[in-house]
Amino acid sequence: MAEKLLELQGISMAFGGLKCIQALDLDVGEGEIVSVIGPNGAGKTTLFNLITGVYQPTGGDIVFAGKSITGLEPHQITRRGIARTFQTLRLFLNMSVRENVMAAAYGHTKAGVFRSMLRTPGMRREEQEIRELAEKRLAFFGDRLMGYRWDQPAYSLSYANRRRLEIARATATNPRLLLLDEPAAGMNPKETQEITDLISLLRTEGGYTILVIEHDMHVVEGISDRVIALNHGIKIAEGSFDEVATSPQVVEAYLGTGGMAKK
Amino acid sequence: MSGGYDDELSRPLEGALEASTSEGPTSPAVGRDEWVARHGDNRTRRGGLLGTVEARLRVVPWWAWLATFVALFCLLPVASDSGYVRRVAFDIAIYMLLALGLNVVVGWGGLLDLGYIAFFGIGAYAYAFLSSDHYGIHLPSFVSIPLVVVIGATTGFLVGLPSRRLTGDYLAIVTLFFLLLFLTVTTNGDDLFGHNVTGGANGLLNADPLSLFGHELPPTLEGGLFNPAYMYVVLAVFVVVYVALRFVNLSRTGRAWRSLREDPLAAEVMGMPVNSLKLMSFAFGAAIAALSGTFVTMLSASVFPLSFSFPLLIIIYTMVILGGSGSQPGVVLGAVLIGTLLELLRDPGDSRVLFYAAIVLGVLGAFRFSVKLAVVVAGTFVFGFVAHSIAGASDNAWVNGSGGEGGGVADFAANWVIVPVHVAAWVAPVSYVSLVALALVLTLLHGWARIALLIPVLYLAAFVWENVMIAQPEPTRYIILGVILIALMIFRPTGLLGEKRVEII
Repeated sequence: MAEKLLELQGISMAFGGLKCIQALDLDVGEGEIVSVIGPNGAGKTTLFNLITGVYQPTGGDIVFAGKSITGLEPHQITRRGIARTFQTLRLFLNMSVRENVMAAAYGHTKAGVFRSMLRTPGMRREEQEIRELAEKRLAFFGDRLMGYRWDQPAYSLSYANRRRLEIARATATNPRLLLLDEPAAGMNPKETQEITDLISLLRTEGGYTILVIEHDMHVVEGISDRVIALNHGIKIAEGSFDEVATSPQVVEAYLGTGGMAKK
Repeated sequence: MSGGYDDELSRPLEGALEASTSEGPTSPAVGRDEWVARHGDNRTRRGGLLGTVEARLRVVPWWAWLATFVALFCLLPVASDSGYVRRVAFDIAIYMLLALGLNVVVGWGGLLDLGYIAFFGIGAYAYAFLSSDHYGIHLPSFVSIPLVVVIGATTGFLVGLPSRRLTGDYLAIVTLFFLLLFLTVTTNGDDLFGHNVTGGANGLLNADPLSLFGHELPPTLEGGLFNPAYMYVVLAVFVVVYVALRFVNLSRTGRAWRSLREDPLAAEVMGMPVNSLKLMSFAFGAAIAALSGTFVTMLSASVFPLSFSFPLLIIIYTMVILGGSGSQPGVVLGAVLIGTLLELLRDPGDSRVLFYAAIVLGVLGAFRFSVKLAVVVAGTFVFGFVAHSIAGASDNAWVNGSGGEGGGVADFAANWVIVPVHVAAWVAPVSYVSLVALALVLTLLHGWARIALLIPVLYLAAFVWENVMIAQPEPTRYIILGVILIALMIFRPTGLLGEKRVEII
């Protein structure tokens, strides 16, 4: 395995008495695609919220690129190079498609308010760069988000296109690690196939390391270097897709115990 | 106001198509999106003369609109030498500035700031502290105005601090509390720990006029007329603020503001420091409000706590909502429309003409040219004349009460609406309440039943207008603002020039 990019060391998260994540160790190597699976309520999205700083862990440490990011504000973590998409889409619906992506460049751009008021040459140059970056990120999706769609408000997009736009927006923060929360949810089989190809392409062409939550096992099988299975906030299996898929604990978590089934 | 609707938009698409055909499928796109490729054919456009005008107007750049608007505004004092018109023009220019400032907080930041008027007041008082006889400090305008702006921004920053934790209704309550605190302190500020700070209800007097390059600009000309130079100064400030804010809105800061309005969590996770952006938007709005406050103090040479009360807050909010919260041209249009309307409503003649024009346009808009329109118009006319002659036949005192201004409209109203010489005390509340109740019943009815009820309701509306509302212009102004807001919520929730808004899909 390549160098570790993200490392979770004994992370715990509890809401009152409810332990969502318990002493979880997890690492993602540079350039890897790792999938997280598990039944509903297993703590997958909570895991993402912990990594991105939306929640502060009740115990343990999160290390990104060799430095601890525990306790940082979400926007600081994003600037370090972690971007995410949301399972329940959270686009800026009343802004144009292009502006959605341009907005995400905030963290790695500098022009202040007063420079913007005066439209200094430096500010205009930076603005042009942001624009080109956004158009490049949108062009990644082929025709889907091209042309006149750039100036349309995000609410006019179809569900699948909104998912694509969320990915484009996340990549505009220039991340090293991309967290995708159920990228194939709500897509038809053709679009699911497309997103599977796309996630591989995000690694080869975009150079991102990817941690993905997915329920669709075909997608998981198609993309993953490594699969991690969670249940009740505990890691119950880790390894290649085949190893995890045949693991008795995983089968039990999804289908119940064999003993129960026989009765 | 985006220019070049057709040309600009189709160009990138052509480029994209070329790229994908020449290089083959460069992307994982499985199956081309045919609808996108043929989007040009799918777009409907208004035809005829109206369509041509619309297409031409779209190409006009934003600065041309702004320049035309400002030029027309500048002509007002030339076109009319009435001091009243000039004074109203000044007030409207102040409203435009205030609406621009509120638009930053509410329209872009998405923060419900009900303390906004307090910053206006803080600016007005701060100027009076820095340039008047009150403390004997007489700073020149080019020093005191920037100072006031800084003071306004700082207070906005401090009041915005709770917004780090509060959103929506809770923030509204806290800021409203701040406005009330401001009013309480200024009203009782003549004895603040033994010092006379704000002059209390008597306010502060003898504030300095604007001084430009060593020259003092007198607020009134010889003969006591209002000096239109002040209007030009405020208008110039308006242009600077408008352009500066437009540039900010189109920069990364503006995008970040609008992102946090749409979804604060997503904005934060996309790398935008939501808390400091909120504070910045608060400070910006407050600074602009404070800046407007200085001119009001200069012009009237005095400042009173009552000028910054709750009704003014409602007026500014109505302007922003009517014009389209988030749209700069929209809120300016809202300020002009509401500002003019409120002035017209002060005058019984003008407001009478406005009222009947609004009714006619409303009925026309609801029914277009149809049989129903003919029935409603004819029915209402006949209903009125019959009611009027029956009342007149029984006792002349029932119909002889009218006789107001408003030219032909007033003559018509005198022969059509029952206006008794003496209105019994119970008539006003009963007729008003039943008008509201019947208007609500109207919304429950459909078809001809609605039309049958609409006729007496229209007549009742005219009756209430002539007998109750016209006699009390102050409350009438606010009732009309309320009606405008309700109508907007129903027919055009985005405001006149606002972009389409969806909350959650």
